[in-house]
Amino acid sequence: MAVKKNNTAIKNTPKHLLGIQSLSILEAKSILDEAKNFIKLNRSNSKKLDVLRGKTQINLFFEPSTRTQSSFDLAGKRLGADVMSMNMDNSALKKGETLIDTAMTLNAMHPDLIVIRHQDSGAPNLLSQKVNCAVINAGDGRREHPTQALLDALTIINRIGKIEGLKIAICGDILHSRVARSNIYLMNMLGAEVNVIAPKTLMPKGINKMGVKSFTDMKKGLDGCDIVMMLRLQNERMQGSFLPSKREYYEFYGLTPEKLKYAKKNALIMHPGPMNRGVEIDTKLADDINVSLVKEQVELGVAVRMACLKKYCK
Amino acid sequence: MKEKIFINARIIDPSQNMDEKGSLILNDNGKVKAIGKNVKKSDTSSNTEIVDVKGNILIPGIVDMKAFVGEPGFEYKENFRTLSHAALSGGVTSIVTMPNTKPIIDNVSMVDFIIRRARDKASVNLFPCASITRQTEGKLMTEFGLLSGRGIIGFSDVNRTIQNTELMARIMDYAADIGVLIMQHPEDYELSKNACINDGEIATRLGLEGVSSIAEKIIIERDLTLLSEYPCRYHINQISSKQSIEVIKKNKNNGKKFTVGVSINNLSLNENDIGEFKTFLKLSPPLRSEEDRLALVQGIKDGLIDVIVSDHLPEDEESKRLPFSQAAAGAVGVETLLPLSLEMFHNESLPLNKIIEALTINPAKILKINKGTLSKGSDGDICIFDLEAPWKVDANKLKSKSKNTAIEGRNLQGKILMTFLNGQLAFNQ
Repeated sequence: MAVKKNNTAIKNTPKHLLGIQSLSILEAKSILDEAKNFIKLNRSNSKKLDVLRGKTQINLFFEPSTRTQSSFDLAGKRLGADVMSMNMDNSALKKGETLIDTAMTLNAMHPDLIVIRHQDSGAPNLLSQKVNCAVINAGDGRREHPTQALLDALTIINRIGKIEGLKIAICGDILHSRVARSNIYLMNMLGAEVNVIAPKTLMPKGINKMGVKSFTDMKKGLDGCDIVMMLRLQNERMQGSFLPSKREYYEFYGLTPEKLKYAKKNALIMHPGPMNRGVEIDTKLADDINVSLVKEQVELGVAVRMACLKKYCK
Repeated sequence: MKEKIFINARIIDPSQNMDEKGSLILNDNGKVKAIGKNVKKSDTSSNTEIVDVKGNILIPGIVDMKAFVGEPGFEYKENFRTLSHAALSGGVTSIVTMPNTKPIIDNVSMVDFIIRRARDKASVNLFPCASITRQTEGKLMTEFGLLSGRGIIGFSDVNRTIQNTELMARIMDYAADIGVLIMQHPEDYELSKNACINDGEIATRLGLEGVSSIAEKIIIERDLTLLSEYPCRYHINQISSKQSIEVIKKNKNNGKKFTVGVSINNLSLNENDIGEFKTFLKLSPPLRSEEDRLALVQGIKDGLIDVIVSDHLPEDEESKRLPFSQAAAGAVGVETLLPLSLEMFHNESLPLNKIIEALTINPAKILKINKGTLSKGSDGDICIFDLEAPWKVDANKLKSKSKNTAIEGRNLQGKILMTFLNGQLAFNQ
């Protein structure tokens, strides 16, 4: 006798990439492994695949972005998806439309992927509850920027071969940084030791409970580090509200060849960009291809985003 | 109205230090005629209506010192009728309503309007507040004397704080002279700017701007300093942290006279409950750590906190379906005030009479109203509840017009069976 089958349809709920916090180590590693293949592809003459042919990807950017948006744009196109970028700065929101309304409108157009950047923490989570497609977080408030952390991990692996056992310093405006948060989670997950370095006023509360050591002194914080990740410091925060001045910040926290010596010999520098040269990083140091991974980060960003789009587009 | 006798009741009335099995008689005007273990059926005449309480608990109707009614201006969130139904089904018979309506209740004509409107539409005792400052802007004081004369019970800028110390000093000085009640929401704006959650690891993980307990403490300390100079009737609407408790303890021990409230939400939830951006748990003051919550419960036990309020704040779905930082703060709670408070009895944090006291006689004393008691001659406002009955909170079953409860799906123990208002049955389960 045939076994009676349960005929109720299995609801296909898409998975989303909302943050590193909700990612398992296996998922993270599978994205990184997949991305390695795309590095080669992106360096070859024929860069186009058709794995996402017929799929629609919407880039929904509520905050201005150059590199992340173009990186996602390119990643989608190289996989053969139809990519539409919406700059929400001057769009429906100004007419009083809420995020949910926007989501419903876009959802009705049957996209397969929505890539969202939003100034409010948690906005991608809210969006993901209301749409039928996969949502990829391209940065929300000060909460998470998962693809940035993944591309940073790929860059390190590509250069050093591994992350496990490395000592990584993240330095700068930790308080307002989603890049810092995502990197703390991912680097910890992949077995690195993480130090965060910032002036007291830019260090978030409870950070020590997140598996890092915090320092206000570059010399102590950089001690023994293999990687130094610098963060961008926004101009308006340097004029007396969080810090006395740009000059004072550079004096104590700007990465110079002298301060880099506190880290391990041959330590490498990373920066999510855009850089404030002469504020958080010495300009020559930023361009020194022997120590700076900045260009590779941008290059590998496309590969990581291709891997993410492929994985989450079902 | 016929005379009524409530028999087989466990009567708890902290105003008379009473917790005993007995009966209660209401006269034909709905006033308490006799109460206690010595009252017998034989004390009544033959046509007296008998209400058998069946061993359940009978307490004075609850006095909720902080609730928002949407009239005028926000009728789509709550109106007098829906608030009344919600309150009565929660055993609440007296409500202090907040003035942050649209327009704001800051002048005499508005008071006349809402008193008339409440008379026609409400079926609970309503005690309206007016704002302390015009438009709750914290700049110019309202007409305390004239407004009180028209029936205003107290003054509150609701969840806004008077930042200007000089103005606060004058408000307290003036209020002290004419004897009006000033209710402050303690929050330093500079320290709480953009914040929507307790400062700490959870705020850092969620990427939200946090507000530290210092923002609350600093205003309490300032106001209590002023209070030494200008001893008015001063009440702190709601506190949320252990640090505030410490300041209050120090000042009360020094003999300073003031009163303190806490929201049931801060007593029964903490910041972990926010999970992944549950906007229904966005509250003001925010939910804080478990350590803070425990300190607040202890504060009631020690008599440092006088009243428990529902902080009933109905919000429509549109105001809540937004990213956390943009979403409106507040939760409905008048219906679940008593059952949720009973949780602290069931988990052995507080004795029952302490909880009832903070819900009945204490707020009545602060407000100087003849409610929250069942002593002889009082109004027949009564709540009868089953202490043990289990039930589950279901937002869709709430009578409030808005469904933004912070405790959806929570298993509670203790259910309201009947509510009487002025001797009349007003809610029956």
